[in-house]
Order: sequence, then structure tokens, then C-alpha cells
Amino acid sequence: MSNLLNVSNSPHVRDKRTTSSIMADVLIALLPASLFGIYNFGARAAVILLISTLSAVFFEGLYQKLMGQKVTITDCSAAVTGLLLGMNLSHTVPMWMPVLGSAFAIIIVKQLFGGLGQNFMNPALAARCFLMISFAGQMTSFTYDGVTGATPLSYVKSGDLSGISVKEMFLGNIAGTIGETCVWALLLGAAYLVIRGVIQLRIPVTYIVTVVIMVTLFGGHGVDLTYIAAHVCGGGLILGAFFMATDYVSSPITVKGQYVYAVLLGILTAVFRLFGGTAEGVSYSIIICNLLVPLIEKVTMPTPFGMGGKKYE
Amino acid sequence: MNKSVERLYNGIVKENPTFVLMLGMCPTLAVTTSAINGAGMGLTTTVILVLSNMMISALRKVIPDRVRIPAYIVIVATFVTVVQFLLQAYIPTLNDALGIYIPLIVVNCIILGRAESYASKNGVILSMFDGIGMGLGFTVGLTLIGIFRELLGNGTIFNCSVMPSVYEPITIFVLAPGAFFVLAFLVAVQNRVRNKKAKGGGQPVPSCGSDCASCGSLGSCSGHLFTTAKKEESAVGKETKDASGASGKSEE
Repeated sequence: MSNLLNVSNSPHVRDKRTTSSIMADVLIALLPASLFGIYNFGARAAVILLISTLSAVFFEGLYQKLMGQKVTITDCSAAVTGLLLGMNLSHTVPMWMPVLGSAFAIIIVKQLFGGLGQNFMNPALAARCFLMISFAGQMTSFTYDGVTGATPLSYVKSGDLSGISVKEMFLGNIAGTIGETCVWALLLGAAYLVIRGVIQLRIPVTYIVTVVIMVTLFGGHGVDLTYIAAHVCGGGLILGAFFMATDYVSSPITVKGQYVYAVLLGILTAVFRLFGGTAEGVSYSIIICNLLVPLIEKVTMPTPFGMGGKKYE
Repeated sequence: MNKSVERLYNGIVKENPTFVLMLGMCPTLAVTTSAINGAGMGLTTTVILVLSNMMISALRKVIPDRVRIPAYIVIVATFVTVVQFLLQAYIPTLNDALGIYIPLIVVNCIILGRAESYASKNGVILSMFDGIGMGLGFTVGLTLIGIFRELLGNGTIFNCSVMPSVYEPITIFVLAPGAFFVLAFLVAVQNRVRNKKAKGGGQPVPSCGSDCASCGSLGSCSGHLFTTAKKEESAVGKETKDASGASGKSEE
């Protein structure tokens, strides 16, 4: 993709951007939230992030080497997957868990289906769900300041809103996975991506607005700002909406399709959170909607200029 | 006698119902949560397969062609009911573990497939060996899947703890997704071995088991032309015997 001389079909769009530069941008955008996660949860969080990133790169290289393919670890896509996976883990998980997760994400979800651009679902989230199903206990035990604490979402699930502070959620001083707690740092990274043109606001904004509408309608609290804020900032919604639902490979390419996809994501997330068995539902809804992407693209394919439309006699 | 051995080999290795023919996927994926369940299901199916193959083969001249499928199903259902009563009486734990999948053996495509493509055209003894071969092949497949799922998902094999105590069971392997992972992995491994053998030995084995006569994807299959060409080349070769045996043409 980053060959200097490239023969291809029209349209001949020139752009300096390459896969590696986009992935590097995503890495930069994830930095504030990762750094805050390390500051928040201590050195162990740094080790988890490092292990998951390095092992993802290692497994990508290993697989490509063994299969006799071109080793493409320098395009940073494996590093992004690994870092996202690490940010989706609690800092208390055992050290082997990010390694296992990275192996699953890279080898089974990404490479077995053909590598970058061919994976049918987000590898980091697939790995998170794999770990979640396998080791539910360790994956959902969150501690903050050395105390095992409930995430705002589990407070919401149990119906007790008194433990939730909107300010603390925005600042990130809450229990949760390494990368999801600090809303301002995530928004900072997201703003960088939007300014650089790496992502568009369509999917994340539609997604979050749909979740807000759904929890207002069906949450049973009416227009309670604390309750809504807990749903938006208390779990993985911000991280998922800006960094994982917008994944180029596993989200629709048509504009209309992106709206459909984001609305579906919002509905599923709210349904999982409100009526499901667990407090969180972002990761499951994203990978389920990833599976629906081919269908969404099929029904929202735009009509080329001059085709279709009404015929005049 | 040689032919009976060939039937056994065909069922267990060459046309293994789980890994090559991809038949009976429903019980394969659902009951293999542990090695003992896989083996139990496989052996139960083997017993029914052998009995129904023999019965159908014995009645093959009596059953009218038009109503043969209902007739086969009645025969299979009879044996399934008998076997289920026996299981309930003597191995109630296995019966509970397998649950609804025992009555569902009636509609297992391996049994109906063997009845249709082999037992209805061949003699009783050969059909019996065909049933034993296919049944054992199914048992081997299910037990293997069960061993891997139990080992990874529970740390045990046949309920004996084999993993060191630090090993944390990966629960997903005893759940439904794990069945797909393990099945895909085992099929990939056996395809690799098969392809390597084919490259070395010279005779490639089509993944469908060269059963071209009763194959649905005749038009889209690339191996089809090749197999026919081979067949014409060596009319009396072993290959022909295997292929026509598989497609159910009687050689008597």
C-alpha cells in the first residue's frame, strides 16, 4: 500500500497518508488516555499495556514469518490492536492474559482471515470478549486506589446512583479498565484524530446520541442528568465510540451505512446495559454490528450519478 | 475380507465423517464439551449406524424406491428408541449429559447418508463394516474434539486432571464458540497433513472424498474433472474401486 510507484484504477487520488501514518495517528491519539490510565492505576497498568502491545506486534511478526508472508509489523496496526486490547483490560489481570488476548486477536481474528483489511471484526474487541467469556471473574474485578470498587455502570445496574459523581467520571478518578475511565483524555485524543481527518464524527456522535436517547426512554429514570452521564462516561462508551467503532476495516464505507451502523450500535449497547445480564455492553455490541456491516453496506450502496432515479418520458 | 478392511479404513481415515465429509455437525459441535461425552455420543451413533445399515441393507430389495427415505427413518428411529432405553437403564449419567441429542440421532445425516449411498446398494456384511468404519470415524472425531475442549476449557482429559495447577481453564472452550475453534483447528491440521501426503505421494485427495456421483457441487468443483480423468486412465486401479465404492455402485 505504501509503494512509491503504484499502478491502479481510477480515481487517481493523491494523498500523503499511508496505513502506517494513520495507525501512528491513532497511537498518538490513544496516548493521553493510556498515560492517564498509568497515572491512575500505577505501574502495573503500564506493564499490562506494554505486554499487550509488544505481544500483538510479536504475534503478527511471528505469524507472517512462519507463513512466509511479508512482515508488516512496521505499519503499526498490530501495535494499535495490542494497545487497544490493553486499554480494555483491568490493571489487575494476570500478566499472561494480555499475551493470550493478543495472540487470539492477531492470529485468529486478524491473520487467519487474511490480515489487515480483511478482518471481519475488531480484533481487540474480539479478544476482549474472548477473555471476558473465559475469565469473567478476573476481567470484571476493578480496583481503584487499592480498593475493589464498582464501576459507575455497576452502580447504575444495581440502581444506586449515590456513588456516582459526574466530575470524577470526567476526570477519570473511577474504577474501570485501564483506558476507558478518563473522559477528557479520550476526548483529547479523539479531537486530534478528527482534526487530522483520520476519523469522522458521524459514527461516534450518532452512536452516543442513540445511547442517550435509548437510556432516557427506557432507563426508567427519565431525564436524570447523572444517570445519563453515568451511561455515557461511566463505561467504555467513549473509548468504544471514538476508537473502536470507527475502525476502518470493520465499519461500513457508505455514509448512510455509517449512520445505520451507529444507530444499531447505540440500540444494542443500551439494550445490553439496561436489560442484559452484565453492566457493560459496548464491546459485544460493536462486534455484533461488525458482523452486520456487509449487509448494511449492501442495502445502503449509493446510486452512481446518472443511474437509477425517475425516468422521464 | 480385504473389502471389509477397506470399508473400515474408508470410514475412519479416508472419508472421516467429521473431518472430511463434515457430516453430523450438530452433535459434533453441541455434545463435545468433554471427551467422555464425545466418545459416548460417537459410540451410541456407531451402534445405531451398524444396526440400521444392516437392517436397511437386508431390506434393500423390499423397500420401494419412492418411499425409501420414510422407510429408512422408521428403521433408524426404532433403533434409536431401543438404544435410548438401554442408555436410560444402564448409563443414566451419559443419557443425561447427551440429553436431546440422542433422539436427534434419528435425523443425523451420517446415518441417513450411509443408508442412502451405501447400505441400500450393498450386501449386509459390507454394510455392517461400513457402519463400523463410519461410526468409529465419527467417534474418533468427536473424542478428539472433546479431548481438546476439555483439556483447554477444564484442564482435564476424561475427568483426570492433567494440567498443572497453575493452569487457568479457558472457559470459552467448553462453550459453543470453543467447539468451532477446535473443529476448525483440527480440520486445518488434517488438511495440512493430507495435502502434504498428496504432494509427496503424487495422488491428491479431493476434500470431498472423490464421491462425485452423489455430490451436489458438481459444477463448481475443480477436483471433479481431475478425478474423472484419473478414473479413465486406470480403469482397474485401486482409486476406481474406492471412488465407485464410495459413490455406492455395487461391484457385485
